[in-house]
Amino acid sequence: MKLELSGITKRFPGVIANEKVDLTVEPGQIHALLGENGAGKTTLMNVLYGLYKQDEGEIRIDGAPVVFRDPGDAIKAGIGMVHQHFMLVPVFTVTENVMLGVESTQGPLKILDVGAARDRIVEISERHNLHVDPDALVEDLPVGVRQRIEIIKTLYRHSNLLILDEPSAVLTPQETEELFGIMRSLQAGGTSIIFITHKLNEVLEISDRITVLRRGRVVGSAIPAEATQESLAQMMVGRFVELEVEKGPAKPAGPVLEVAGVSVLDDRGHLAVRDLDLVVHAGEIVAVAGVQGNGQTELVEAITGLRSKVAGSIKIGGTEIRADPRRIFEAGVAHVPEDRLEEGLVPAFTIAENLCLNTYYLPPFADGVRLHRDAILATATELVQQFDVRTPSVFNEVANLSGGNQQKVIVAREFSRPIKLLVAAQPTRGLDVGSIEYIHRRIVEKRDEGAAVLIVSTELDEVLALGDRIAVMYRGRIVAILDPSEATPERLGLYMGGAAVATEDERSVLPNEPPAPADQPPAGAHPGGPTA
Amino acid sequence: MTGAPAPTSQPGTEQTKPTKGEPGRPGEFVRRLLVPGLAVFTALVIGAIVIVLSDQVLLGLWGSDPPGAVGASIKAVADGYGALFAGALGNPDTYVKAFSSGDIDRITRAFNPVSESLLAATPLIFTGLAVALGFRSGLFNIGAEGQLYVGAILATFVGFSVHGLPLFIHLPLAVTAGFLGGALWGFIPGLLKARTGAHEVIVTIMLNYVSYQLIIWVLRQSWYQRPGRSDPVSPIVDGSAVIPAIIDGLRLNWGFPLALAAAAFVSWLLFRSTLGFEFRAVGLNPSAARYAGMSISKTLVLTMAVCGGLAGLAGTTEILGVNKALTPGFSPGYGFDGIAIALLGGSSPLGVVLSAILFGVLRAGATPMQAATGIPIDLVVVIQALVIMFVAAPALIRELYRIKSKRTTGTEIMPQGWRT
Repeated sequence: MKLELSGITKRFPGVIANEKVDLTVEPGQIHALLGENGAGKTTLMNVLYGLYKQDEGEIRIDGAPVVFRDPGDAIKAGIGMVHQHFMLVPVFTVTENVMLGVESTQGPLKILDVGAARDRIVEISERHNLHVDPDALVEDLPVGVRQRIEIIKTLYRHSNLLILDEPSAVLTPQETEELFGIMRSLQAGGTSIIFITHKLNEVLEISDRITVLRRGRVVGSAIPAEATQESLAQMMVGRFVELEVEKGPAKPAGPVLEVAGVSVLDDRGHLAVRDLDLVVHAGEIVAVAGVQGNGQTELVEAITGLRSKVAGSIKIGGTEIRADPRRIFEAGVAHVPEDRLEEGLVPAFTIAENLCLNTYYLPPFADGVRLHRDAILATATELVQQFDVRTPSVFNEVANLSGGNQQKVIVAREFSRPIKLLVAAQPTRGLDVGSIEYIHRRIVEKRDEGAAVLIVSTELDEVLALGDRIAVMYRGRIVAILDPSEATPERLGLYMGGAAVATEDERSVLPNEPPAPADQPPAGAHPGGPTA
Repeated sequence: MTGAPAPTSQPGTEQTKPTKGEPGRPGEFVRRLLVPGLAVFTALVIGAIVIVLSDQVLLGLWGSDPPGAVGASIKAVADGYGALFAGALGNPDTYVKAFSSGDIDRITRAFNPVSESLLAATPLIFTGLAVALGFRSGLFNIGAEGQLYVGAILATFVGFSVHGLPLFIHLPLAVTAGFLGGALWGFIPGLLKARTGAHEVIVTIMLNYVSYQLIIWVLRQSWYQRPGRSDPVSPIVDGSAVIPAIIDGLRLNWGFPLALAAAAFVSWLLFRSTLGFEFRAVGLNPSAARYAGMSISKTLVLTMAVCGGLAGLAGTTEILGVNKALTPGFSPGYGFDGIAIALLGGSSPLGVVLSAILFGVLRAGATPMQAATGIPIDLVVVIQALVIMFVAAPALIRELYRIKSKRTTGTEIMPQGWRT
């Protein structure tokens, strides 16, 4: 299918989300769409998928103009979309999920014809090496497989243009490679793919053509052979971007966070963290790598007091802590939570209110019962400027900010007070390069000010860029602690996938202590920082 | 140790375009009034149709003489609504004559309809606030009716059992008792929710039933029932516990200013106090509130207690200001109207006051309307129900009047609970 978007303009009250966007996707082309958050990628795709109606411009498929009133029209025209958040029913089998909405039936009573659907799924799965068991329950399947089910869903609906919205965000490096294999197989079969991502290395690896959006407009287009990560980043952001985190060697001092023998249950009552030991020292960044769902969330919640542990001890600054978020906050712990809209912010609150979300009861913001709105406002105005939150007013609701700016609000709140320990979970998830650069720089600054920093991230680039020590978490345990110099994406990927899980014997000899005493820089630390 | 100087100013990068007015400014205010305003208007239009349809004579006319029926229908509607609003707000003619006569008594009497409307609005403001404050904290308080009764029980008891105190001590004492009674009735579901997770909707509904029986029980006790009476009625409260009228000759009493003060207090509580900050944070995003170190349980219990206290004041002002003695079933559903008023008022204190006054006007005007035109009082109930329906389904109003909805994202987050 040849898709042409020409002169697409979409306005929202006060904002032009897309302005005269032209985009042509040739049959069998993998076309990467790059852009910062708020650049208009999502709006453009929503126009293409029939969720929005463009104000101006035309969509043509194979030369013929089309009008999509709703996603149903777009699907009928052969457009399939794999959203970042999967739309699957966990208690259904793969086959049931795939046929949902386009059930094949037989007879006048419209009895479900599961067999026919199953056969087609097997056929699709084999054709593209998707390795999906049609009878498995979705809730039992890992994220990577769920994503492949989403792809099968679109193929089952005869899509020949696939929109993949940040597909690699939730995958391990190995799973990402598999995804790329699938994409190439689809491409060979003539399917066009629009690939939305922030990851510049992936863009260069997989795409045939790259279109860059900035502030709703197409600002450039390139083919991978002629582009570099730096040139793409510059196009996206409109200025030179430092892709590597500049950081000097860590100067670790005494231990700040001491986790010993800690076990934590998840919401379903299963052991999510098992007998885990971890020490983070002042002035160092420990980065925990791991595939989503290996107990990182529960570990962070236990450290920040949001979840009770069932065994072990957690000490901050030498004092055993109770599961009480406010006490822990007052002990000098900053927490950048994993899910910013669910945990870190009250989206319907203003920026000013969110900036004092956990300090609202302390002077100068309050005197016990009364809020001092002037102080809140003054601090908010200052922080918005200092942390470069792009907003017309501190009275704006946080819900109306872009993801990057929302994260900056959290960072501004958590970083603007003296802290001993910073716990940041997925600090740059879903952010654009400009914001990532900014937040990484701030994190390193905190380390250099002497804070102990614990980063939990599923992004290997981030782990490698920030960590002074890198811990890999798998099934509730830390299975390896590596020095950045010995950590390659491949090696981390193996640990993350559990393929290289050390036996109990091996595990006991893995370095779980700081690499060097406080007074001399660790041997492994090196000035340049690892390449991302 | 960042080597290169960080680019502090970034020319060329976007500053989000200065969009429209700041939120919370006049434009936003008008926008927030739009849907409730149109809901009221639409309800009145449909109410007009109901007036026509419920009139046998008019219906007959539509069969025999359609052109004449149009005129007659318009007249019937105009007469009906005319009588309704004259009954609730006063007749312009009467005002002019009263003022030109210069007779104080006549002027006072001219204001009687307004006095009756505001009197009817008074308990509704309290119960509306009791529900609205709950909404703000993510709680659905259906128990205002029960809280109102328990408040009334205590306020009445203090009113008739304590003697010899001056008004400025006795009355505040009785009002406080009424607040505490309601607060207790709100505290129970709050505590149960915080401790056991029992849903406040279920518990408050059940406590409403308990309160109905409780009032009948106390009114049968020798220490509460009026001596010499066999029917369930309390003694009349002492004069020192009666809420005085604002102006001699009108029934409107100081309960109404107290209700306005309560609205101002709720507004202060929600937007100017640390407690209100917690209430709103818990209501909008409990996970984030917990993350920020707030105690969800404490907030739940406190909110429910304050809600209950406000509803208790509705019962208190009704007994001490109007009825002077407690009887079962003295509330025609003020507690449930409170839900409607909170919805119509968008859970904002000012909105609640305006909505309650609107309902007070409809209520006070209903009887004069029936007397003057024969249109049954029930029309007012129909109009109230329609207003609520349209407010609860803003999409319907938006569709009807082709108003663009505020946000146009495809992935709109569903509001949790029953927030408007």
